[in-house]
Amino acid sequence: MKDIYAWAAIGLIVLTSTTGDVLLSHSMKRVGDVGELWKRRGVLAVLGRVLRTPTFALGLMAMGIAFYSLLFGLSWGNLSLVVPASASLTFVANAVAARIFLHERVGRRRWIAALLVAGGVVLMAV
Amino acid sequence: MTFRKYLVLAGITVFATVGDSLLARGMKNLGNVNVSLHNLSALLLAILNPWVTAGILLLLAFFACYMSALSWADLTYVLPATSLYYVLVALIARFSFHEEISPTRWLGIALITAGVGFVAAGPSVTPGHERRKSWDDSPDAVSQEVEL
Repeated sequence: MKDIYAWAAIGLIVLTSTTGDVLLSHSMKRVGDVGELWKRRGVLAVLGRVLRTPTFALGLMAMGIAFYSLLFGLSWGNLSLVVPASASLTFVANAVAARIFLHERVGRRRWIAALLVAGGVVLMAV
Repeated sequence: MTFRKYLVLAGITVFATVGDSLLARGMKNLGNVNVSLHNLSALLLAILNPWVTAGILLLLAFFACYMSALSWADLTYVLPATSLYYVLVALIARFSFHEEISPTRWLGIALITAGVGFVAAGPSVTPGHERRKSWDDSPDAVSQEVEL
């Protein structure tokens, strides 16, 4: 029974942290290169532009939910199951979500990289 | 990709690793304090611990570097390119906490390193997607981006 809770937590972590990453990436894409903005307008302009982007706050909220799901997951399942399972599934979920929602070109090279890293993270926990 | 941008990617990896290690070190120093809602004072005291404070500052630096990287590179580039984090955490566990690294773990380290090399050698942004010029304040630029 505890296993079901642990996997439910893993599913929630993957869902919320992927949502958070996609929202944060979307907001920073809208802001544009912050290095250039800093050089031209200063650091306050960077902070103002980032904080005024609505998807930035939503992304932070999703990341917060992901963090608390991780805490709950850790109380229901083993560290060696919850952390690597959620981290490696998040890499794959992010590749899919970035392709669908951010229209990033996820070519063969990036798919192989995401799968290699996801597999490596699982092996690190064995 | 310029040298400065590779430095930002390295910053993401190093700040996250060292920040997490300092947090772990600080929480171990506190001993067996149950950090929960019923023990808010312990939670507040944890922030006063110098190891924890340093860890939080480094994690803030990590977040700044992460946001900077996402402003000029694709998410599917940044995430694998900075996954050496997992390798560095394992190496810190090996050398400062003297944990053994099994052959399977070394294989995992090799896979992650290969993945990093694979994505880093490729393009960092999706071509044909014009990003908004960050110094252009005209509202039209924003609404056009939303349409995309």
